[in-house]
Amino acid sequence: MAEEIILLDYWASMFGMRTRIALEEKGVKYEYREEDLSNKSPLLLEMNPIHKKIPVLIHKGKPICESIIQVQYIDELWPDTNPILPSDPYQRAQARFWADYIDKKTYVPCKSLWSETGEKQEAAKMEFIEVLKTLDSELGDKSFFGGNEFGLVDIAFIGFYSWFRTYEEVANLLTIVEKFPKLISWAQRCLKRESVAKTLPDSDKVLKSISDHRKTVLGID
Amino acid sequence: MATEDVKLIGSWASVFVMRAKIALHLKSISYEFLQETFGSKSELLLKSNPVHKKMPVLIHADKPVCESNIIVQYIDEAWNSSGPSILPSHPYDRAIARFWAAYIDDQWFISLRSILTAQGEEEKKASIAQVEERTELLEKAFNDCSKGKPFFNGDHIGYLDIALGSFLGWWRVVELDANHKFLDETKTPSLAKWAERFCDDPAVKPIMPEITKLAEFARKLFPKPQA
Repeated sequence: MAEEIILLDYWASMFGMRTRIALEEKGVKYEYREEDLSNKSPLLLEMNPIHKKIPVLIHKGKPICESIIQVQYIDELWPDTNPILPSDPYQRAQARFWADYIDKKTYVPCKSLWSETGEKQEAAKMEFIEVLKTLDSELGDKSFFGGNEFGLVDIAFIGFYSWFRTYEEVANLLTIVEKFPKLISWAQRCLKRESVAKTLPDSDKVLKSISDHRKTVLGID
Repeated sequence: MATEDVKLIGSWASVFVMRAKIALHLKSISYEFLQETFGSKSELLLKSNPVHKKMPVLIHADKPVCESNIIVQYIDEAWNSSGPSILPSHPYDRAIARFWAAYIDDQWFISLRSILTAQGEEEKKASIAQVEERTELLEKAFNDCSKGKPFFNGDHIGYLDIALGSFLGWWRVVELDANHKFLDETKTPSLAKWAERFCDDPAVKPIMPEITKLAEFARKLFPKPQA
């Protein structure tokens, strides 16, 4: 079964983490292939010619692109183990809405948080704080975004947790821990799941990698 | 099911609202259409979609569902025993349909709209070229997805047909505005034929807005700068 599923990914990608978590949740064996984003493999370019981005899930030679689409695909293929989407249509719509919200609202500012400086970075900070506020409010006193069960929206956002320390350091985004205790408890709860603990990289490793990249590639001190 | 309380907040001119309407028609669901006033947002809209404050919003038994593609999937799932299936049945085909629907919204539509908002001829030309390129990809996607059948979804219109087909009115308006044909028998033979079939579909025909009305609305939305 392992050779039937290949995942082209990058270790620190919060998007790739979604797909890895979903595969782990289902107990599905797969081959992980690390991509060098500065030198993308011919396979990546062949399998995702439109966006040329990771993650790319290749199942029996056929590519599936876009992380939330991959997670739903995995959930539909293995519906009986640890369901990721709820069964109720309204709850499913809510889960998709919030996963879509996270995608729409984080992609641009989160990149700017670590790749920009000055005004652009400040603007990105404001945007990201708004996202955290909204998600914090949506989570409320629930254990997970969907209620009592770990699901799509948790998978959509948890990867960002491994980047919080990086954002705090590099963007001077003070204490996500202090400002959003509910989100932090939620993240800790998610980390108790083996799929998440296995997948999320060490926060300090992410910080070091980004700090190095800022210095050597972007020329930012 | 027909007596269930279904409302749709939207506007006659909106592509995204049209997606929800088509899905409701496909499933023969009766609903109350709440037309938003141009230039302002109703209390109900703001209350039902506090995050994005946008239409369409489907309100089913007082519970709001937002985002057109999510609404279409919801309609398919909540009324799964009525009418044809909107999403393809195989998980791989669903993933491909979702991928292209996202591409249409995130890339294709953005370049289409930029034709209307372009400042000057150079910008317009560049936007036109981009739409040409992206439409070529959709032509290929159609051939791959339809596998020789009349629609992206096969024998009947489905999720991806709805995602792209809802744009056909506006697409025609842009073609007229730019004096440039994107959909034609030589450049996009498959899509050109598909467009006709889509517009003729009984779930679509009664709700496709008139091009002249849309063009007039476009002039209001995208006023031309004074010479």
